[in-house]
Amino acid sequence: MAGKVSFDRNRCKGCELCVAVCPKHIIALDAATNVKGYHPATVERMEECTACASCARMCPDSVITVERV
Amino acid sequence: MSIVYRKSKGLTDAEMHYCPGCTHGVAHKLVAEALEELGLVGSAVGVAPVGCSVFAYNYFACDMHEAAHGRAPAVATGIKRVHPDLAVFTYQGDGDLAAIGTAEIVHAAMRGEKITTVFINNAIYGMTGGQMAPTTLVGQKATTAPFGRQKDHYGSPIRMAELLSTIDGCVYAERVTVVDVPNILKAKKAIKKAFQLQMAGAGFTFVEVLSTCPTNWGLTPLEAIGWLKANMIPYFPLGVYADRSEAK
Repeated sequence: MAGKVSFDRNRCKGCELCVAVCPKHIIALDAATNVKGYHPATVERMEECTACASCARMCPDSVITVERV
Repeated sequence: MSIVYRKSKGLTDAEMHYCPGCTHGVAHKLVAEALEELGLVGSAVGVAPVGCSVFAYNYFACDMHEAAHGRAPAVATGIKRVHPDLAVFTYQGDGDLAAIGTAEIVHAAMRGEKITTVFINNAIYGMTGGQMAPTTLVGQKATTAPFGRQKDHYGSPIRMAELLSTIDGCVYAERVTVVDVPNILKAKKAIKKAFQLQMAGAGFTFVEVLSTCPTNWGLTPLEAIGWLKANMIPYFPLGVYADRSEAK
């Protein structure tokens, strides 16, 4: 079952908690910055996402939405 | 396509002011998710503290009230007694609940007030700049304890879940943490159970959440999680300290 993760990019504070809890290690910080000046989290290989939602449960700012596709 | 996880409807659209990686945000959404799942968002009243989470009234989508420093349980008592059918909760940090507000929380528990208290323990004063709190660990550095807390001088940190669990009016006391996904799920279960017991009229319910303060601990968010696991959990063990719900 594949998943799709979307980030509310401009609300992300780049804390990396989602990066650490992703069991597939597919989340990383973007090289570019958002409007806050942080490097926001982004998924590099979306096809490997299993929609486990670990990243979204961990995110302190509730910027992540997870869908099953 | 189905949604697996989205932001709780128990939270407003306001952007949280918390520092990057601060787990206050995680605790906020667990309270919001518990209220949402129990259908209580429209009939809940929260009482915000003084401290980092003073702006909690901007973040929860239910009615909110602000209290003077440490007095949230007293304000919640008044609200609950006037509106016994509403879900009333306080959200307090350690500087608020375990220092200036110790009398209020102990007596609210003693009276068995039918409210829920979510207590955030991050072992430091966050908003005011990292001073030593009653929960600061022995040896832990703070701006007012630059060489670390000394037991001879300041005593040992206070364990609130254990303390309140000795009071008969406290029907439920559990300590949880939000530093990883399994613990987040356990924490949500505890908060939900506390609200369910409150609505069943069981008595005072208390959930202590071990939380990180990366900024004032001087660590990155990920280092802070490691520090909490290595230092706070051994001194503040997780678990259920009181469950008198079956006896009622």
